[in-house]
Amino acid sequence: MAEAPRRGQLPLSLSMLLVAPLVLLLAWTFFLPIGKLLLTSVTEPSFSLDNYRRLLVEPLYRQVIIRTLWIALVCTVSALLLGYPIAALMARPGRVAVKIAVVCVMIPLWTSALIRSYAWIMLLQRKGVINSVLLGLDPAAKPLNMLYTDGAVLMAMTHVLLPFMILPIASALGSIPPDLPRAALNLGAGRVRTFFAVTLPLSLPGVFAGCLLVFVMSLGFYVTPALVGGPQTLMIATLIAEQATTLLNWPFAGAISCVLLVLSLGLTVSFKRLLRLERVVAHD
Amino acid sequence: MTKQAGLAEWLFRALCALILVFLMLPTLLILPVSFSPSTELAFPPRGLSLRWYQLFFSDPGWVDATLFSLGIAALTTVCSTVVGTMASVGLVRGRLPGRQTLEALLLAPLIVPHIIVAIAVYLQFAPLGLTGTRLGFVLIHTALAVPYVVLVVSAALQRLPPSLEMAGLNLGASRLRCFWSITMPLISPAILAGAVFSALASFDETVVSFFISGVEHQTITRKMFEDIEFNVSPVIAAASTVFVIGTVALMWLADTAKRSATRRSGA
Repeated sequence: MAEAPRRGQLPLSLSMLLVAPLVLLLAWTFFLPIGKLLLTSVTEPSFSLDNYRRLLVEPLYRQVIIRTLWIALVCTVSALLLGYPIAALMARPGRVAVKIAVVCVMIPLWTSALIRSYAWIMLLQRKGVINSVLLGLDPAAKPLNMLYTDGAVLMAMTHVLLPFMILPIASALGSIPPDLPRAALNLGAGRVRTFFAVTLPLSLPGVFAGCLLVFVMSLGFYVTPALVGGPQTLMIATLIAEQATTLLNWPFAGAISCVLLVLSLGLTVSFKRLLRLERVVAHD
Repeated sequence: MTKQAGLAEWLFRALCALILVFLMLPTLLILPVSFSPSTELAFPPRGLSLRWYQLFFSDPGWVDATLFSLGIAALTTVCSTVVGTMASVGLVRGRLPGRQTLEALLLAPLIVPHIIVAIAVYLQFAPLGLTGTRLGFVLIHTALAVPYVVLVVSAALQRLPPSLEMAGLNLGASRLRCFWSITMPLISPAILAGAVFSALASFDETVVSFFISGVEHQTITRKMFEDIEFNVSPVIAAASTVFVIGTVALMWLADTAKRSATRRSGA
């Protein structure tokens, strides 16, 4: 072992060999196709930025982009409001309530968005659960139209993305030493003041990570808007699908994809330090 | 003061209970609907029946799609676990130039919206005749699932001191032997967790599967998506219940394995 690398490190050639299969796979199935799609948006039908101009000029498309940003924002705020209390509950020292909360968060997280959207359809549709309960209470009541509305999309999306808000906040709250809020209480601060002066500021990294995650994910969400929102309530992702599959306008779909990609990657890269993905995946 | 705190505590608990009900409500709703005896969605259901489960397990459309998806998930799990673990070892234990950039790029499939991947991959696969084939699904599902393996396994490798492997090397074992009998047993809980994540990621993957499914082979997610769009029948609830139970069982299994592993290692 004449040239053994320091501290058990692998030689360069071996580490490249180990990484190579993954790099090749991602290059061919992921980066190359996306690159090609983005390229067609400026080369077809002619070498110009016409596809992008159309996206900005036509009010319908501008509306879809603004709508998507708005829905993503409302989703993020409502997920934060609903998620923070649960995260606070999960961060408490082990009790039965904590275990129940963990189960209630993890089961939806690992149930596919498809199944959860289906459940929301059953709840909200004209002959669905909510309407049949209302009819049971008052046989004269008119069934409410809830499916295929913005409200339905917001509710279902908030539900689907809520675990991604809860887990980073719970992780941040769990890493606050319990002595700090206790010290504040001992020094005479009330519970409310302790929360706003000690706990909340210390949990902000988790809050930012959760908000970023939920906002970025809701920008590109397809399944739930397509099923719960129906064809009338377009978002960026459903617009891309419509352009590509029913209108076969691939270059324009590429242009919209580019806008979506710039939005999601731009946000993720600029706040990269806040986003600790391993916290969400390795929840231990 | 204590009385006030008690009141706040009760309000907090009530609020949490409400939110937890909101979180669980849709999942719990699927269960009664799947046992309903009629085609009409009725709530509360009038009576119990297993007819939708019977239909799910006997209808060739559902059975074929489920088996097709399970096959793809199994192959994807093997591919992404092997490829992802190799890459993690290379990234954590190696000296690669531009490592951070590489790591960021490898995680890109977690961030890029799946609709963009779906359209792009369709354009790439269609001319090659890869759409709707097992190979095509396994390729793209592996690309989408492998970041989970890399995240979990790299984290475990970073926690593992390299001195253990060095001891093995000093005692004359080859690198491969060191990995096989020292590193791998120690990071096996993480590898298992990565495998479970990628199996679920493949089985649940909806958007890309929807766009690259052919007429002949369709994944279970494509079948469910179409059924939900055109007729909301309780058989979907029965299928969902089966899948949710399968998922929970898999996660529980992985968790138990992880726990017994940490107990064994005395950590």
